[in-house]
Amino acid sequence: MAERSFVQEVQKLRLGAGEEFVGEGILAVTKALLESGVSYVAGYQGAPISHLMDVLADAQDILQEHGIRFENSASEATAAATLAASVNYPLRGAVTFKATVGTNVASDALANLASGGVTGGALIVVGEDYGEGSSIMQERSHAFAMKSQIWLLDPRPNLPSMVKAVKMGFELSEASHTPVMLQLRIRACHVHGRFTASDNVRAPFALHEAMEQPQRDVSRIVLPPASFVHEQEKLTHRWPAAVDFIQKHQLNEFFDGEAKDVGILVQGGNYNALVRVLERLGLADVYGRCRVPLYVMNVAYPVVDAEVLRFCQGKRAVLLVEEGQPNFVEQNVATVLRQAGCTTLLHGKDMLPPAGEYTLHEVLKGVRAFAQRYDLIAAAQTSVAQALPAAASASAAPAPTPTKAHKVFALKPLQQVVQPRPPGFCTGCPERPIFAAMKLVEKELGAHHVSADIGCHLFSILPPFHIGNTTMGYGLGTAGASAMNVPAGKKAISIMGDGGFWHNGLTSGIANAVFNRSNNLTIVVDNSYTSATGGQDVLSSKALNPTRSTGHLIEKAVRGVGVEWVRTFKRTYDVAGLRDALKEALTSTQPGPKVLVAQSECMLNRQRREKPQVRAQLAAGQRVVRERFGVDSDTCTGDHSCIRISGCPSLSIKTNPDPLRTDPVATVLDSCVGCGMCGEVSHAAVLCPSFYKAQIVSHPSAWERWWDGLRRQVVGVLQRRRAQQLAQWAF
Amino acid sequence: MATDKHPQPIKIAILAMGGEGGGVLADWIVDLGEQAGHWAQTTSVPGVAQRTGATIYYVELFPKSAALGGGPEPVLALMPLPGDVDIVLASELMEAGRAVQRGLVTTDRTTLIASTHRVYSITEKSAMGDGRVDADQLLAHAQAAAQRLVCFDMAALAEREGSVISAVLFGALAGVGVLPFSRAQFEATIERAGLGVKSSLQAFAQGFALAQNPALITPPAPMAQSATKPVPQEPVLRACVDQVWDMLAEPARTLAIEGVRRMADYQDPAYARLYVDRLESVHQALPQDPMEVMAALARHLALWMSYEDTVRVADLKTRGSRFDRVRQEVGAQPAQLLRINEYMHPRYQEVCESLPARLGTWLMASPRLRALGERVLSRGRVVQTNSLSGFLLLYVVSAFKPWRRRTLRYQLENQRIELWLSLVRQWVPAHPALALELVLCQRLVKGYSDTHARGHHHHDQLLALVAEHGARLSAEQLRALREAALADDQGNAFRSTLASQGWA
Repeated sequence: MAERSFVQEVQKLRLGAGEEFVGEGILAVTKALLESGVSYVAGYQGAPISHLMDVLADAQDILQEHGIRFENSASEATAAATLAASVNYPLRGAVTFKATVGTNVASDALANLASGGVTGGALIVVGEDYGEGSSIMQERSHAFAMKSQIWLLDPRPNLPSMVKAVKMGFELSEASHTPVMLQLRIRACHVHGRFTASDNVRAPFALHEAMEQPQRDVSRIVLPPASFVHEQEKLTHRWPAAVDFIQKHQLNEFFDGEAKDVGILVQGGNYNALVRVLERLGLADVYGRCRVPLYVMNVAYPVVDAEVLRFCQGKRAVLLVEEGQPNFVEQNVATVLRQAGCTTLLHGKDMLPPAGEYTLHEVLKGVRAFAQRYDLIAAAQTSVAQALPAAASASAAPAPTPTKAHKVFALKPLQQVVQPRPPGFCTGCPERPIFAAMKLVEKELGAHHVSADIGCHLFSILPPFHIGNTTMGYGLGTAGASAMNVPAGKKAISIMGDGGFWHNGLTSGIANAVFNRSNNLTIVVDNSYTSATGGQDVLSSKALNPTRSTGHLIEKAVRGVGVEWVRTFKRTYDVAGLRDALKEALTSTQPGPKVLVAQSECMLNRQRREKPQVRAQLAAGQRVVRERFGVDSDTCTGDHSCIRISGCPSLSIKTNPDPLRTDPVATVLDSCVGCGMCGEVSHAAVLCPSFYKAQIVSHPSAWERWWDGLRRQVVGVLQRRRAQQLAQWAF
Repeated sequence: MATDKHPQPIKIAILAMGGEGGGVLADWIVDLGEQAGHWAQTTSVPGVAQRTGATIYYVELFPKSAALGGGPEPVLALMPLPGDVDIVLASELMEAGRAVQRGLVTTDRTTLIASTHRVYSITEKSAMGDGRVDADQLLAHAQAAAQRLVCFDMAALAEREGSVISAVLFGALAGVGVLPFSRAQFEATIERAGLGVKSSLQAFAQGFALAQNPALITPPAPMAQSATKPVPQEPVLRACVDQVWDMLAEPARTLAIEGVRRMADYQDPAYARLYVDRLESVHQALPQDPMEVMAALARHLALWMSYEDTVRVADLKTRGSRFDRVRQEVGAQPAQLLRINEYMHPRYQEVCESLPARLGTWLMASPRLRALGERVLSRGRVVQTNSLSGFLLLYVVSAFKPWRRRTLRYQLENQRIELWLSLVRQWVPAHPALALELVLCQRLVKGYSDTHARGHHHHDQLLALVAEHGARLSAEQLRALREAALADDQGNAFRSTLASQGWA
């Protein structure tokens, strides 16, 4: 069960010719796949294409109507290998995964696929997670396209362009027998827009036909001599075919402008940013009609030499807007111009930032520099600080006075009061107590080397836990500690999520540790979902999934590859118990890897499941017990050690109600889900007696009410007695 | 170029924290715009930012009527350009500050709508003392940067209406009237969304009203000062209050009277008398009358003398007033039953210290009994305070109050207090600034068990330092040391500061 349900939205996938589709970019891409007559779709979730996977999962009935097979791939490598179905058969297939991290994993299959080439259209939808909000290394998928010769599409970030890119992508792939990569930036994936739909198309050739009448062509298999032929073929046949197709169908766009002696080449994905900046500079209107001619490269690779030369013909200079580094396209275009003896001056990362996200502000600075150099605008303001008033002055609004504008940049004092908000564990997250327990163990046994992994649990490296020395990639937590395998006073600890475990960790980490006789400890965080990517099911999920096989225990898999020391801990909130289990694992003299499976359901998903049930029970007048925690402000001394060992969003601070105390006291916000961590921690760490757990019983039984009344009476008498004593001295 | 002949898109940035409904708000605005004949575009960068991190949603609206003969469509941006945003909605005060920091709020055009409540950052929360940033700072920046600022506590409103902040923000957005849409159009949007419509509409109405008439916003009340002298019934306490009233001026007076009140609540009138005598003893040593020393002393002496021992905790936990407070805090309805469970983990040391001094010392000294006791007390206990057994247990413990003066803990604390006071008295005449810092050092003594022990350890070290090198020690140095002791709970900063000042 995914974090977000698309059950409503997927009905848009049924829209017919002429009807208007309104919605999220990634949903439009899904619709385009149906309109392109795909036979199979596969992928591995991860921002920003998680929604694509969730949409497909929620749309399986619609997919079946069109005879489309949808696979939740075990990894990006699996997804890429799935495209093998398009090598021998006229089957259109699409796979999707996240950015370079996914392409890294998939590259083996992608290289083999690209070498032999394809018969049916093969489309790889890559969601780029670059710049603001990104949680991965900042690299370009572009390099993979170049090294394996896979065509790379980077359409303008509006729904019609993205839909066109999908459809043309399949045709380009078939025309040039080459897989095609469709690059979608994160903002494009989530952009809300509209396009005019066409009818969905059912594939003329079905998967079962391929299975029933298999075909083989040894010349498509990557083995000498065929592999050497492939290399030649790529350049002599596939490349020219692709270039012809791109030109014939005008995949790249030329926009004319009055200032004919200059021009700007831009990646499709950066088109909107460029146009907005030109408009701010008074060089375009809101409709995108520019004074400067534009060459929009919706095809980022290959570069079409003829088009570049045609565009640059007779221009003094051009500016290339290419986000990310290395500047592959800039180098390519430079070579094209030089070899053609073209004298047009090429600007790019000499005026724009060499690295980092091309935010509107950065593009504005670069384009202004270019526009001023070639007298498109007055060379009045040049400094960065004045960029903004200059921008504003181009708008209808009156230009602000510099003094006012400078406020925008008076950041220094602000930097002291505006603090970062790193992402962290959600309220009631079952992973938090794991790291709280590790903190307690650290107090007793000292610090250990911790090899972290990818997933929510990586938040442990941030405050308040500060746990984790390295992270080498998804499912590679245990692999990252491989070298730490010598006799030593301490064991190394590895963290791995259930997602990473099934993705590759079982073999790359656990089996590897068994084979190499490691003694280290691996903690597998088993919360029943790939939570960081949006709560998709995995093999070990407890939820019954109608179309997937779940309920396969991680402990069984671990024992299956030969681990002797395995403990499955069924309630991570038992901090003291977890602490003792960790201590046992770290002090055990038994040889061989230790694996501790820490189980508790992801609280986000659990709440989503339980809340409706509770509402129903309350409505039906059934007995319901709600638990939440609280802090007694009169015994809390405002030391906040409870927060330093928890970091729960619902555990906060408030002004001390005691007029004598100045430090704020801890407080539990109403968002508390009563997971019990606070109490367990104050016990395990011997913190303070201020925490209380309140159990609120709705619709109690008659007997409960009677007994409660009796207790209240007895307690009340004593309390009043005490109150009277104090009252004598009160004033 | 046609730039200024044609209207601009309306540019709206929403700054929120993950799971705060910023996405819902963006969707509402898009739906609102589309229903009212606009092209609407929104986008965001979710990913891990969804997990409690700060994130920005960006919306652009453009009237179809303005398009040239029904087309072409405008090219809308997917991210805000600093200096080019018309409306910024911030779900929290520090996020408003972040918007200003990122240059999204400018005096020439930006209407900033923000909630003034604080969701504290992890840095603020995990400080050992008071790590909160100055909210007025944030407000001042917002004020200075915005063309128009509309801000009030939307969290409180949302809570009162049983709704969410996004609904209040949406109401405020309608209220400021910067969008070309009617109130009815806004409300219709909420109804179309169809989730929690009733409460959302109420929250919306509140936001709308306050945005239109900020005068309705009530400022927080300042700390009350005792203008008239309170007159306790009990003669000893009355004498104490009179003495304090004559001896001290504000703000020391209010604090000292609060201190007297606390001593009576904590122990008895005689204890209040001891408190006042101790104040007196320092006051006499004062050359002139720097009230800050006395104010600090009134506060910190009261806090120290009302140290949290088992009797005190049991007393506070079993009070009727506390039961009512919990009921109200957790929002339990009269028809609902409430069970209050305490997480108690007394350690052997604390148990011994609550016993008569001799017995306690003997038990602490005996290794075998200690081992036994620590094994018994190794696990914490959950006591249900409003069950008969649980209540009686704590009630009986609290009933030992009259014998508190005989306990080991009382002796230990009083030795420390006296040593501290003697040093204060010693330095107050010649070096009031140092004495003040010394008084403030009591801040280190707080918390329970390990935390408390660590605090005491640092405090003792500082007292020893003053006793030994008082003449060479400057007030600034002592303050630096105290702040270092509160910088981290491993005591690293404290050690390094000691070393850097050349004491260790």
